[in-house]
Amino acid sequence: MLNPSERIRWYPGFREIALLCLVILYSPLIIVMIYSFNDSPSITVWKGFSFVWYEEVFTGPEAERFKQATVNSLLIAVCAAITSTAIATASALAMIRGRRFRGQAITFGLINLPLMVPEIVTAVATLIFFASIGFDRGILSILLAHIVFCIPFAYLPIAARLQGIANVYEQVARDLYATPGQTFRLVLFPMMLPGILSGFLLAFIISLDDFIITNFVKGAGVETLPTAIFGAVKQGIKPNIMAISTLMLVASFLLVTIAYFISRMGDQRK
Amino acid sequence: MAGIIKKTGDSAKSADGTQTSIVDGRQHLLLLPAWLIIGVLLVIPVLLMLTYSFLVQDFRGGVIWEFSLEAYDQFFFDRGLFGDEPPSIEWTYIGIFWRSFVQALFAMIFCFLIGFPTAYFIATRPQKSRAFWLFLVTIPYWVNLLIRTVSMKFLIRDNGPINTWLLSGGIIDEPIGMINTSFAIQLGLFYSYLPFMVLPIYASIERYNFALSEAAADLYSSRWMTLFKIVIPSVRPGIIAGCILVFIPSLGAFLAPDLLGGAKNFMIGSLVEEQFKGQAGDWPFGAAVSMILLSIIMVILLFYARAQNRQNDGGH
Repeated sequence: MLNPSERIRWYPGFREIALLCLVILYSPLIIVMIYSFNDSPSITVWKGFSFVWYEEVFTGPEAERFKQATVNSLLIAVCAAITSTAIATASALAMIRGRRFRGQAITFGLINLPLMVPEIVTAVATLIFFASIGFDRGILSILLAHIVFCIPFAYLPIAARLQGIANVYEQVARDLYATPGQTFRLVLFPMMLPGILSGFLLAFIISLDDFIITNFVKGAGVETLPTAIFGAVKQGIKPNIMAISTLMLVASFLLVTIAYFISRMGDQRK
Repeated sequence: MAGIIKKTGDSAKSADGTQTSIVDGRQHLLLLPAWLIIGVLLVIPVLLMLTYSFLVQDFRGGVIWEFSLEAYDQFFFDRGLFGDEPPSIEWTYIGIFWRSFVQALFAMIFCFLIGFPTAYFIATRPQKSRAFWLFLVTIPYWVNLLIRTVSMKFLIRDNGPINTWLLSGGIIDEPIGMINTSFAIQLGLFYSYLPFMVLPIYASIERYNFALSEAAADLYSSRWMTLFKIVIPSVRPGIIAGCILVFIPSLGAFLAPDLLGGAKNFMIGSLVEEQFKGQAGDWPFGAAVSMILLSIIMVILLFYARAQNRQNDGGH
């Protein structure tokens, strides 16, 4: 059935391990999803299908708290993603289209620094920084901290995209007397757009996802969705947590799928 | 194609023969926001944290600006309850680091044992289904880490689905205590960072030239000998990258130890959190612990960078 070269590549059990890998990755998520529809206040006994916990999320006693946390999370994620994408786009242009310059390697390291420093260390350092300059800890401190670690996530797809665009297009535009501004706006930017969009979406998800850094730099009483969920989980996993988790799961899944198709669309147009 | 690009590129040279670019003269301006933001909000804070680790604790939660080695002394030495006994090595914190180290190591090994065959399997799929497999493996990474950890907690609780099924199936008589063990932490870390292991190994195997495996087979190498003597050494850079990407975040992880490990299984992340958010409130000590963690990680990354450079030099 397999041809000789395929037979040489084949190893017994690798397919099974790959399938096991998917089972491990997905089973906790799928089980939580299933149990979020459980019509029972006990979270382990299955009593039939119902939307009761979803109603609880939107109308229950904790609804106001989660609503505020969601608004905060979305506000921070949108602002952090826009700012970090703009910064990452400017940096990618300078790093990839500019001449080599002294300190280029250091700049590259600096942009990727947030990926190398462990989150807990970044969290401590940022908290100490805000505390020592007397910066009020609230939404703004969370936003500033998020912009920093969103930059490398936005940078990677944008830089990858820009590297894939031959510079002939800009050269032609320049030869035809377009100003550098026009060249960027009318020629380069539309071609970079898939990279910029997937950078934006990744930054958005990463900001929405963050718990550790937010937990350190948030002030008392200010909550984002992850910190609110964490606070609730500390008192035990209730079914409404599973309903919220399922909603967030579906949201992340949709965003990643969109990011994936945008970047693929970009590749095909190349 | 490359020739055409080069030719047209040549025609776009300016009078003095150098190639023009739309960012000429604006490069520093474009990089300024990134330098400023990361410099002010990450580099300066880390330096400030280093400074804080040499200050004295203020009991109202903060610091007194006075140079002291107290935080590091507290980490490494035990001077008795009143600080007047001769110093002996303090094992509590070194023990927490050691335990975190072992747990991160096990998480890394489990990730490799499952991640390598998975990456190999995906890389040997036909082009079309490859993208789909990769997509499936990456999706969980983008799902909120907190939610994934909570899901795992739900799954392995004493009265969670796994135990309930095993009990009702008559396989076990009483629930298996999985939660609040170091096994739970390793499982949580493994689950959190598995995609980090698969992706770099996949990238390496995709570039691997399978003609080498065929040549080995022609020379009567067994399947497994080819794997260990040819394939694994060839894709080593990807394996090392995957191991580092799993090990480093595992070492400083907070969610998995906190939610799955319980109070007994303190790890570095929880120790640091205690100093800032919890009861302890000792900022200089928390800063010192973070500095020690950061130093360990920088040493690992330095070794990694050196190993990679050597590999690149050897390639020529």
